[in-house]
Order: sequence, then C-alpha cells, then structure tokens
Amino acid sequence: MPDRHPVLIRGGRVIDVTGERVADVLIDGGLVQAVEDGMSTPAGATVLDAAGCIVAPGLVDLHTHLRQPGREEAETVETGARAAALGGFTAVVAMPNTEPALDSAAAVREVLELGVSAVCDVRVAGAITRGRLGRELAPLGEMADLGVRLFTDDGDGVQDARLMRRALEYASALGVTLAQHCEDKVLAAGGHMHEGEWSSRLGVPGQPAEAEELMVARDIALARLTGGRVHFLHLSTAGSVAAVRAAKAEGLAVTAEAAPHHFTLTDAAVEGYDTLYKVNPPLRTAADVVAVKAGLADGTIDAIATDHAPHAPEDKEVPFDQARPGMLGLETALALALTELDLPVADVLALLSWNPARIAGLESSHGGPVAEGRPANLCVIDPAATWVVDPDALASRARNTPYAGRKLTGRARHTVLRGEPVVVDGVAKR
Amino acid sequence: MKHLLSVADLGADGIEEVMRVTDSFVEVSERAIPRVPALRGRTVVSLFYEESTRTRLSFEMAAKRLSADTMNFSVSTSSAKKGESLRDTCQTIEAMGIDALVVRHSSAGVPWQVASWVGCPVINAGDGWHEHPTQALLDCYTIRGRRGSLVGLRIAVVGDVKHSRVARSGVLAFTMLGAEVTIVAPPTLLPPSLDGWPVEVSHDLDSVLAKVDVVYLLRMQAERQSEALLPSLREYTARYGLTRNRFDLLPDDALVMHPGPINRGVEIAADVADLPRSLITRQVANGVAVRMAVLFLLLGSEPRA
Repeated sequence: MPDRHPVLIRGGRVIDVTGERVADVLIDGGLVQAVEDGMSTPAGATVLDAAGCIVAPGLVDLHTHLRQPGREEAETVETGARAAALGGFTAVVAMPNTEPALDSAAAVREVLELGVSAVCDVRVAGAITRGRLGRELAPLGEMADLGVRLFTDDGDGVQDARLMRRALEYASALGVTLAQHCEDKVLAAGGHMHEGEWSSRLGVPGQPAEAEELMVARDIALARLTGGRVHFLHLSTAGSVAAVRAAKAEGLAVTAEAAPHHFTLTDAAVEGYDTLYKVNPPLRTAADVVAVKAGLADGTIDAIATDHAPHAPEDKEVPFDQARPGMLGLETALALALTELDLPVADVLALLSWNPARIAGLESSHGGPVAEGRPANLCVIDPAATWVVDPDALASRARNTPYAGRKLTGRARHTVLRGEPVVVDGVAKR
Repeated sequence: MKHLLSVADLGADGIEEVMRVTDSFVEVSERAIPRVPALRGRTVVSLFYEESTRTRLSFEMAAKRLSADTMNFSVSTSSAKKGESLRDTCQTIEAMGIDALVVRHSSAGVPWQVASWVGCPVINAGDGWHEHPTQALLDCYTIRGRRGSLVGLRIAVVGDVKHSRVARSGVLAFTMLGAEVTIVAPPTLLPPSLDGWPVEVSHDLDSVLAKVDVVYLLRMQAERQSEALLPSLREYTARYGLTRNRFDLLPDDALVMHPGPINRGVEIAADVADLPRSLITRQVANGVAVRMAVLFLLLGSEPRA
C-alpha cells in the first residue's frame, strides 16, 4: 500500500540517470510529487534532512540470498529486506537456491507474498532447471507470468551446453534473461579457494580461474548462437572481464555484475583459514581485482551485486573445506563501492541502482529518474559519513561479514519505499 | 611461542633451539628408565580427526616420558560422530582443564582455527596437505645428526609434493637452515603454483641423484591413479621410484629418508629401504625426542594458571 503521508526530503543533491541538481523532493501517495529547490514544508509532512547528502533512486540488488524457505536460521525475507533497506536498497532479487528451490509458480509466489510486508521490494529470480539440478527446464513461462524476469541456477551453473542452449532459446520468447553462475563443475571440483600461489602455499585444494572463464566463454558462444540474453553473475577473473568486454564489443546481448568482495579482497585473505573469506566464486588475485575494477569503470560490468549470502555460525565454524561459501553484503556494498572504487558518485549509483534495475526489468518502479509522478523508491546517502563495520550491529540474522572492523566512508542515511520512510537516520522504522 | 602450527612460527633460531633441547631428550631416551618429571601434573590431549599410528604414538610416548598425563580423542570413538562441531569438541575438552592440544585433521588450517578457539597451546600434528611441523623438525634433527648441519646440503624431495604436508613443512625448514632443495615430481604432483617457494624443480630424478646429499622420498598413494594424476603406480616407480639402480647413482655418503609409512616397491625398493644409509627408522626414533622438546618448550616453563 502506498503511504498517504507526505514526506519532504530537504536540502540534498539529487543524482539520477539524468544528471544532478540541488533540490528538495516532495513525496505523497507513494509517488514523487515535486522536485524543486527550496520547497516549503506541507502541513503534516515528515521532513527528512538531506543536508550534505545525495538523494538518489533506491539501490537495486540483483543477487541476494534471503534463505527463505529452508534456512531461516541464517536469514528470512523480513530480516534480509531490513538489511537491504539499511544498505540503501529499495529492491532485491532473491536467488532461487532455497530449500526447496524456487523452481515453480507456487514457490515463487510464496516468497513474493512474504515480501509484501517487507521493508524492501522483494523480487524473485526463478530457477532455470527443476530443482536446480541441471537436467530439465523449470516452468519458465509460469514463473514469468508472476513477473519473474531473471532466471538462474545460481550456486550451480547449467553445466549441460545443450540444455543451456534450449533454455536461452525458450527464454527469448518470454523476454526474460538467464543469469549464469559460471563454474565448470568438473574443472572446479573439490576446489575451496582460488587455485594459485596462496592455495599452493596453504595446502587448500583450489579451483582455477579457467573454471569460471570456460563457462563465460561457452555462454557468450550460446548467446551468439541463440540471440538470448545472458547476464553473468559475480564475475571474478580478469579473463572473464576480458571475454565479456569482447562480447559487448561484438554487440551480443550480455550483461554482467561484480560483487564488492571481488573488488576489495584477494585470496591472500585466506591465509589464516578464516572461513569468513570462503566464497564462491572464490577471492582471486590482486590482478583480478584490478581487472574487475577496470570492468566496472569502463562499463564492461554493468552492476555491482552483493551476493549477500548469510550463513549461521555452525556452518562457518568448521574446517575451511567444509564451510559453506558466502558472505554478507547488503549493508556494506554501497560503502565499499564509495570507499574502494575510484569512481564519481553518479557512476557508483549507476552500478548500484539504474543499471541493475534495467537488468532486473524493474525500471518502471526502481532506478528511474527522481521526477514528478515516479514511484517514490529512493535513498538518501551521506557520502562523508565514516563508520566501522560491526557484525553485531548488522540487521541481517547472520554475522558472516569479512569486513568487521573495517573503516568505510559513505552510508545510506534514509530509505524511502513506495513513499514510506523505512529507514530514517540509519535506523529501520519497522 | 604459544603454539606450534607451522615451522615458519619457529624461524631458523627456533628450530635450532628445538634441536638443542632435543639433544638432551635423546640422552633421556637412552637411560634405563627413560623418564623425567618435567611435565608432571600436566595433561596433553591428542585430538586426531584422521587416522595415524606413528605420529599419535610418538606424541603419546613423548608426553609420557615427560611424565605428563595423556588422553586420546580420535574421531571414530568420539562424539564427533554424533555431530558435535569441531569448535564445541575443542572447547569441551579444554573445559576439562588441559595443558596442550595436539591436533591432526584432514583439512588444512584446522590447527589455526582450534588455536583461535581455545586458550591452551596447540600443536599441529598434520593438517591436510598443509603442514606437519614436528615431522620437519625430526627430519632436520636426523640430517643434522649425520651431517652436523644443513648449511649447503643439497636435498631432493621426491614425489607427491602437491598433496604433501611433509613436503611443505620440510621445504620451509630445510631452506631456513641453509639447505638447497630440489623437488622432483611429475607436473601433476606439483602444487599449481611454486611462486615464493625457494626450490628448484626437476622432472628427471636420474639427473638429480648424482648431486644430492639427501634424497627424501614422499609416500605415493594409490588413489592418485584414479584422479588421472598418474597413468599407473608402475609408471611412477619406473620414473620416480628409488630403485636399486638409482640408489647406485647417489654419492657414496648420500642419505635416504622417508616419513613413513613406506610403500615398498612403489616409491622405494624394498632392499633400498633397509640399507644402512636409509635413515627411516632413525627418523622414527628421533621423532619421540623432538616431540618431547616441543612439548617441553611449549609447556615446561610455567605451570597452568
């Protein structure tokens, strides 16, 4: 339900896809009503101070694991959405590797219904194959009818090239995008970190960069063959970035994302065997970090996506090779991008808001211009706020952030969802 | 030093100190009653998540010769089979009031994790493919006993380096003490990257043998064949096994070592293993004294608070 209560965001600098200007933003009925400098406060309006802040379309995460159904001890739709809102996100795409997998209309509907009361717009990526087993196509059309625009077997890539080809062909008629977790399972088998200098020294079985790059190359070939749209999830290697850059130059319908940990951490972090640094794709080398950053800067990589992957402590306090991969991301992504990427704020917002909104098919409600008549899904960012990551202060049910104690600059201050201030001054209102 | 997790924790000076202390415990071991009261009243627990005979017994004997109490926790007889987590198990054992944990696990890094969870000293008795520091110490001690020093010695480490914790700790320790190490293996049994390893690499054992002071053979496991790392054990033996003919290529005073258990006829010919220049049983004997030294250095100075 749109909030009927007027809200005035006062004193900020609006940045969106059209450019930037100093303006107040008046919201009512869930919509932006006016964007003008020096507006007077309407009677009864809530005022959100934005002095020194950036007012932007809400952030959109293409890659969130909400863990519901099946692993509610790690995260739920409610807690994950709250973490998202605190991170400045107004929409997240929930990944389908739940238990059971989101591979049917019924399963998708369950998560969408859980999302109705959440403080973030919860969308769903459906599975490409039944049970994410990589054998038969899931009912893509049935899920597309519910609004699903992205499909993926995330956690597993579709290994069978013929099945992936058929999925791309079938999906093209639905106007949907297939998102791939690129990992050749045979070549990567048994690997728990990036294969290289550090895995060799630490005695941890590794997976080579080529396990990712082979599937990126294969799916670029399949995009060429079928004309289907492929979105590459969490690119982590220099070779993957180069392959996607070439595919885009060729004019193929491919897009790509990168996760904050792949431009802020390297495999050297595994030195102490802390399982917080176990993630898939694994942390790579410093040269790969440089390549991912370059891909984000030159548009090869369209979006920053968190791969927010909550895990309960009992799944992490185990030997490195038995620990589940993944790390939290929603509450640190914006700050890491602002702190670690040497990019103008508008470019960071493109990577976190309007580009992912377009890839997720959400441009009618998220990531669009801050303009009269548009849905009021907005975030207010204090780019100068400095803060230290404290796992216990995170809203996620889990605590598995690798950034504990890290000092970051920039933070979401307010988040407005469908006209409702759901986060005010860094505090979730519900 | 709080723990012994890697030989890198010791450094060259630390290794020399362990060896000096070992000298005195070798003397103890040769007494009619090989026992001293150094660790009386202290309790050493062996936490073994992977099968082991010699290392577990060697630590147990070392602790007993220091008059410590010993307990063994092995995975097949423990609550680990009931699903208790590693962390809970360690903290439960520690809560009983113990002085040291000797940890063996099939996963690399477990001793580091255990050390972060408990307050007592942790000794790495082998973690996955990663390290086996007391093996490296006893190997250094054994070589030193024959040659006086490792400085300038040429050591060939032959075999499955990729999967070998013995090789990782050994390369660190041998080179820290001034030896020159060549690792000899087919490319499939080398670590994917040797960046930062102070070693030479060869795939040709015959050309290496004439120039070495020590040939250190690693255990070859049959499953490497099924992982397509080797065509067959027979082919491995033909190219990398220390046969009698290859033994004759060695300089007259060169030494043969192996961490055990040996596969006679695979990495080493049966008759070679039993030659006087083979130090395999000497390594085992020294292992007890070296582990006494490690326990003494970690626990001997002050009683438990």
